[in-house]
Amino acid sequence: MKTTKLKKQVVLKGGMILDPIKETLKKGDVLIENGKMKSIGKMTPTKSADVIDCSGLIVTHGFCDIHVHFREPGREDKETLDSGSLAALAGGFTRVCVMPNTDPPLDSPESIRYTVDRGEECPIHIHPIGAITKSQNGKELTEMGAMLSEGAVAFSDDGLPVTDTGMMRNALEYATMFDVPVINHAEDLCLKKDGVMHEGKISTQLGLPASPDITESNMVHRDLELTRLTGACLHVPHVSSAKSTDHIRQMKKSNNKITAEVTPHHLFFTDEDLITYNTDLKVAPPIRTQADQKALIKGAKDGTFDCIATDHAPHTIEEKEGTFDLAPFGMIGLESCFGAVNRVLVKENKFDIIRLIQMLSVNPRKIMGFETDLFTNGNPAELTIFDPNKKWTFKKSDIYSRSHNSPFIGEALIGRVRATIVKGHITALV
Amino acid sequence: MASTYTKQVMNSTDVNRSVTRLAHEILERNGGADQLLLVGILTRGEPLAKRLQSLIQKIAEVAVPMGSVDITFHRDDFRNRLVVPQVKGTNINNSIDDKTVVLVDDVLFTGRTIRAAMDELNAFGRPQKVQLAVLVDRGHRELPIRADFVGKNIPTHEGEHVEVQLKEVDGKDQVSLAQFEGDE
Amino acid sequence: MLQQKHLLGLEGYPAEDIQTIIDTAFTFREVLDRPIKKVPSLQGKTIVNLFFENSTRTRISFELAQKRLSADTVNFSASTSSLKKGETFKDTAQNIEAMKIDAVVMRHPTPGAPLHLTQHINSIVINAGDGTHEHPTQAILDMTSLHEKFGHLKGLKVGIIGDISHSRVALSNIHGLKTMGAEVTLCGPSTLIPPFAEDLGVSVNYNVDEVIEWADALNVLRIQRERMGGGLLPSVREYRNLFGISTERLSNHKKEIVIMHPGPINRGVEIDSSVADSDQAIILDQVLNGVASRMAILYLLLGGKQEEGDS
Repeated sequence: MKTTKLKKQVVLKGGMILDPIKETLKKGDVLIENGKMKSIGKMTPTKSADVIDCSGLIVTHGFCDIHVHFREPGREDKETLDSGSLAALAGGFTRVCVMPNTDPPLDSPESIRYTVDRGEECPIHIHPIGAITKSQNGKELTEMGAMLSEGAVAFSDDGLPVTDTGMMRNALEYATMFDVPVINHAEDLCLKKDGVMHEGKISTQLGLPASPDITESNMVHRDLELTRLTGACLHVPHVSSAKSTDHIRQMKKSNNKITAEVTPHHLFFTDEDLITYNTDLKVAPPIRTQADQKALIKGAKDGTFDCIATDHAPHTIEEKEGTFDLAPFGMIGLESCFGAVNRVLVKENKFDIIRLIQMLSVNPRKIMGFETDLFTNGNPAELTIFDPNKKWTFKKSDIYSRSHNSPFIGEALIGRVRATIVKGHITALV
Repeated sequence: MASTYTKQVMNSTDVNRSVTRLAHEILERNGGADQLLLVGILTRGEPLAKRLQSLIQKIAEVAVPMGSVDITFHRDDFRNRLVVPQVKGTNINNSIDDKTVVLVDDVLFTGRTIRAAMDELNAFGRPQKVQLAVLVDRGHRELPIRADFVGKNIPTHEGEHVEVQLKEVDGKDQVSLAQFEGDE
Repeated sequence: MLQQKHLLGLEGYPAEDIQTIIDTAFTFREVLDRPIKKVPSLQGKTIVNLFFENSTRTRISFELAQKRLSADTVNFSASTSSLKKGETFKDTAQNIEAMKIDAVVMRHPTPGAPLHLTQHINSIVINAGDGTHEHPTQAILDMTSLHEKFGHLKGLKVGIIGDISHSRVALSNIHGLKTMGAEVTLCGPSTLIPPFAEDLGVSVNYNVDEVIEWADALNVLRIQRERMGGGLLPSVREYRNLFGISTERLSNHKKEIVIMHPGPINRGVEIDSSVADSDQAIILDQVLNGVASRMAILYLLLGGKQEEGDS
């Protein structure tokens, strides 16, 4: 992977331009001048222009992941904002939102300011999500107003659920003043107990303690009802079960303030893949059955899910190398994301590529209130160039994160990011 | 209640003559306007006091201060009747200590109003002297109260009412006697 | 003179009576300016101040009002912990009745307690605050102060800022102001504004700057520090940033706006010192009007003859 500064004039020539807002896919060139979008269409580049051959490739908006864990401050051994940025660039992501379960957590305007300032130094755009409760203790609200002024874009205690229903209500109620999304990691910890995977035939076979799908869907339902009561904005993260998908679909019929995301791993894997006790597949919420997977794919198709988000969760080799019960939950996902979802949705489930790109670019930006039309002239260039058909096997060398906990290693993916353009630079992958 | 008769006792000229004479008498009795304070008893005592004030200004070329009292809170029938006080209310801006306060009212009857007015004055200080000027004295005192300056003595019997009308309040100056049906 | 025997709350209280009380309050203001601040109107009447909740200011205000009217006053302070709810309340009430009292001024932490009291005794009952329900005399003194400042209440635009859901002052003000034809907007953290507030006929706006632009007067409520740092409000700092009536905030609006506060003030939290001490604030007038309007209320409820058939 090589990052270079954009020359004064750059032409992306000969590719297909995918406009996820206009919903078009047609041949064309893109002219970028001084790092800003100049024009799209058929053009003859000047002699001094840097021409990048995009034949056979698709040029589109930069991807945006609204759910990643970059572990800074506190666990820089797993990931830093810099290394996370590299992982993002490798995956075609120009913009991410980082979850606040750092150490110390991002639960004050000061820590939000820190993240924003540090993010300025990084090659991609990084937006902090603020914690809902101080120290994520589920007891005291954080200073949401002040944190938003410093640059927070949403609120979540992710990693942990807001267990106290009264507290979740207060958080939603308070957030209505600001009209930003509240994101709750829905998991009934009492029901989950020490469960490490989905409760089903496989967990019984493997002899591992497990938690059923209602561990998630009960709380999703609770959050949806609280949202209806308070009029707040709710974003449901990493949905893993058919039941949750149904609840969301139903509630969305009468409420337009609810959004939801699905991860690549919940679409790609099922609990049967855990037969090898691969700790890289140990995630929260767990990967569930084929039936759940089918329901999730359907949910992505019919708009129940607005976007894809990786829940990129780096853990050290030492941590993941232990026994299944002790390994921490989570996997990295930025680098493998596109290849995985493109294969599952577009190639295997007749998804329209335009719709997939919407789920990776426009929709997540809309949820967070970011600028959505990246093709506007004069906007700083934020683009991703990918090969929609490339078959490849995900290897360790494709990982740019500090951590390597990815179950995609060795998996066959279809579709590959070739270059990412953001903040006046272009990062080209082999 | 319909009145069985109304008889005019003083017309506009009579009223004005009396008020003018009152002004002269007040000045004469007190040897001038020194330390005088006119206090009108609401409602009609107030415009009367104002007239006296401007007359004294004309005669003696002295500006005598004036105020007004609302006797509602000191009515002696407060245990039996609840009266909502007038919005205008008592208004005494100057100190009354060591002053000669001349209370001014339109009609002196049982004397209870005057007693209440003197009680109200108590809340403001201790005058040197309190004198009383009335336009009409109709007799039938129930308390030992007397007027120092009287415009006209109009003897009345029970059942009769003395009606004083003043330009400032009623549009014209007139004093009449009325008897109402059903009164004994 | 007033249509209701008691003063339990301003919900449904007739507009004419509120006006009568306000007008009478102005008369009593004058009494408070005299050298000897006393009238004999309630001589021989006995009033018990029954305070089940601590309150120095309201109790003193009532006591002064009672004494200026020449009434005899008795104070009863009780701590709720020493009272078992229900049984002892009834005992207390009946003991009072046995002593031939004319009126009770009661403050109690439970909403509805004054109404409950009227069911046990014959005396006149005045609500000095029942939990998070109503505080009618406060609202009356607030309206008296607004009337004094503006000359009228109809059409006046009043913003109430702060912890609305725990404020009896807010609720009574809402009822009173609406009855007198004023417009009310509530402003505060959404976690502290009761649900269905709009059903009371008021608007709700979380943007305090917009409310300042719209309003003729602001009634700034005290934020209780106990509410901070829990599930409802993150911190004093956050509250002040979002809702505090600070010097900076007011200077951004080029308009004259009247500032009220029921007291006690948390200087630097819901209101800055310099704002509270400025010419725009009528907080001290409110205190004076508090005594005057309570005198008016006592005078109008207790003055004159007792009804036939009373014990």
